[in-house]
Amino acid sequence: MITIDKISKQFGQLNALDDVSAQCDSGECIALIGPNGSGKTTLIKSILGMVVPDSGTILFNNKSIAHDCSYRANIGYMPQIGRYPDNMTIGQVIDMMKDIRRSHTQIRDEELLEQFDLKSILGKRMSTLSGGTRQKVSAALAFLFNGDVLILDEPTAGLDPVASEILKEKIIKQKQAGKLILITSHILSELDDMVTQIIYMQDGKLRFHKQIEALRTETGEIKLSRAIASVMLQN
Amino acid sequence: MNKVIKYVFIDIVRNRIVLAYTILLSIISFSVFSLEDTSAKGLLSLLNLILFIVPLVSIIFSTIYIYNSSEFIELLVSQPLMRKNIWLSLFSGLSISLTLAFLIGAGVPIMIYQPNATGCIMVVMGCLLSLIFVAIAMMSAVSTRDKAKGIGAAIFLWLYFAVIFDGLVLFLLFQFEDYPLEKPMMVISALNPIDLSRIIVLLRLDVSALMGYTGAVFKGFFGTQSGFVVSLLVLILWVAAPLAWSVYKFDKKDL
Repeated sequence: MITIDKISKQFGQLNALDDVSAQCDSGECIALIGPNGSGKTTLIKSILGMVVPDSGTILFNNKSIAHDCSYRANIGYMPQIGRYPDNMTIGQVIDMMKDIRRSHTQIRDEELLEQFDLKSILGKRMSTLSGGTRQKVSAALAFLFNGDVLILDEPTAGLDPVASEILKEKIIKQKQAGKLILITSHILSELDDMVTQIIYMQDGKLRFHKQIEALRTETGEIKLSRAIASVMLQN
Repeated sequence: MNKVIKYVFIDIVRNRIVLAYTILLSIISFSVFSLEDTSAKGLLSLLNLILFIVPLVSIIFSTIYIYNSSEFIELLVSQPLMRKNIWLSLFSGLSISLTLAFLIGAGVPIMIYQPNATGCIMVVMGCLLSLIFVAIAMMSAVSTRDKAKGIGAAIFLWLYFAVIFDGLVLFLLFQFEDYPLEKPMMVISALNPIDLSRIIVLLRLDVSALMGYTGAVFKGFFGTQSGFVVSLLVLILWVAAPLAWSVYKFDKKDL
């Protein structure tokens, strides 16, 4: 579904992405793991077209994403830090996004809006929201348009346990519906029951891309956090 | 694209600065016209104030607005929208609201006190200057991620066009006073949209007689129909060139 072919990106002296290639297919839930500053967010932003790679190509459904925007209609994106226009209310932001994506309308999925109880606070201004509520809005927006691909950057950071449980269940449901899900997270324990593949990045390089089962048998660890830790120690 | 313009416009209107700008312009315009004994004189005083305030407010407000909407822009870029359209929508939203503010704040009083061709030309110049300085603001906002740097650049650009440029021209005139500089001066004036619009309006007022031989040469060119059209085209180029450059830059920018 998404083919990343040898992309590189430099920010000044820093090699944010160094010759990264990967193949992501639908029905998979792929965890992007790596230390801070290893290029996970840059990789995600390249897929979204927010960062333009210096070299290499990204194919979405076998079509290059360079100078294209329509492919983004299939993507739901939840940013690491959801930032929205301060003097709009939650309702206005949601209506605006619906309005902007109207011509690409699929069936909308308002389940998260209801489960997060956002419908009762639609009139609140974005600037008055707590970090967690913002995250809820970001999550609801990412799932709202029922895209074939969901890109979630640190989805549960800042969410309370109830909300993060709701979100995890939603992610699993979407995976079963055959969507491609890309997640970055530092909380490995919560990835255990969701992900099917692991991409491990370090210093802008893709160190490995494996099925989670393969990783488990290789390291002899059942818990993802322990498996990754043993890989990190080997490096 | 129209949808984005709509949201930018609503957002700017909700932000009360543009409203304050409209009120400021109308207070200035009405008081200037009622202070001077003839409305033609009032127009001249107002011209100088407008050539000062309109570029300043347009460039500073637009630059700050673009920096403050960085999260909005980020949100839009991850949606199925062309970057070019996002940027042009921002330009349109800013231009529409600032031009509207000028039309209501200064255009209405001018049309009340000077409902003639000169008044009309002055209103058109004010609108064009708003557009030009929004475009220049977008250029300075796209070129750096650092807000302080971007706003500093915008203030400096305004200072350059409003003050420094005239100083440089005076310096040139004194250095080369032995040579006939009337013709080169016309080309040089095209390099500054504020000066160009000042000349266009001044030549329609009686005071142009006071400008001596240069004034006569200017009148010989800018006073004619074709000269007027050429200078309008130059002003439109002053909108299009910075805008095109900023679109080109934004298309490649990492967010």
